[in-house]
Amino acid sequence: MPDLATVAFYVIAVLLVGSALAVVLLRNIVRAALFLALFFGLAAGIYVLLNAEFIAIVQILIYAGAVTVLVLFAIMLTRNAMTSSNANPFAGQWWLAGIICVVLAVGIIYAVGSSTMAIASASAPANLVNAGDAGGSVVRLGQLLYSPFDYSYVLPFEIASIVILVAIVGAIVIGRED
Amino acid sequence: MVTLNAVLVLGAVIFCIGLFGALSRRNAVGILMSIEIMLNAVNITLVGFASAFVHHGTLGGRLTGQVFAIFIITVAAAEASVALAMIIAIYRRRNTIDVGHINLMRW
Repeated sequence: MPDLATVAFYVIAVLLVGSALAVVLLRNIVRAALFLALFFGLAAGIYVLLNAEFIAIVQILIYAGAVTVLVLFAIMLTRNAMTSSNANPFAGQWWLAGIICVVLAVGIIYAVGSSTMAIASASAPANLVNAGDAGGSVVRLGQLLYSPFDYSYVLPFEIASIVILVAIVGAIVIGRED
Repeated sequence: MVTLNAVLVLGAVIFCIGLFGALSRRNAVGILMSIEIMLNAVNITLVGFASAFVHHGTLGGRLTGQVFAIFIITVAAAEASVALAMIIAIYRRRNTIDVGHINLMRW
C-alpha cells in the first residue's frame, strides 16, 4: 500500500506531463499560456513533495505570478501577428524535431537507469515530505545563500541581482517605443 | 516510495516535451513558453538530487541543488523579460512573430 505522498507524486507527475503536452501542442496560444500557469503550479507541488518549500513558494510567485502575466501581455500585444498563418502552429520539419526529442528522451532514461549513481541510491528514496522537519530547509537554505561568515553563495547571489538589474534595463530599452 | 530514478525520469520526459515545442513551434511566444518548460524540468532534476542526497555530505553540500534551482529561476526570469521585449520590438518593426519569417540573419 503506497503512502499518500507517493500517490500525490505520481498524480502530480501525470498531470504535469499532460499540461506540458498541452502547452506544446495546443493551437490556440492563449490556451497554451493558461496551461503554462497550471504547469507552474503543479511543478510547485512537486517541489513541496521533495522538501523544497522555499523553491515552491518562489515558483508560485515568480513563474505562476510574474512570468505567466508577462507571457499573456506579450500575446495580447502581438495579438494579430499569427492570424495569416494560423493553420499550422508547427514548422515544416516538426517530425524531425519529434525524432530528435524521442531519441534524446530514450537516451536520458537509459542513462538514468544504468548509471551507477542512480542504482546506488535507487533504494535510498528521494525524501518526500515528512512532518518532522517542516520548514527546516528554509532556514538552512537562507544560511547557505546569505551567510557572510560560513560557506555560502553570497557572491553569486549579488551577481544574480546585477543580472536581473541589467535585464530589466535592457528590456525597457529594447521594448521602448520610438 | 518515490525513488530518485522516478524524479529523474519525470525531469527527462518534461525536458524533451519542452524541447519538441522549442524546435517545432512557429510562434515566438510559444518557443519562449517551451523554453520555460525545459528550465522547469532541469529545476525538478536538481531539487530531486538535493532531496535524495540530504543525508550525505556537509550542510553546504546538502542543499546545493536547491541553491542552483534558485539561480536558474533568477536567470530564467531575466531571460523571459528580455526575450518578450525583443519579441514585441520585432512585432512592431516586422508585424510578425512567426520565426519562419524572421530570417534576416539566415545563411
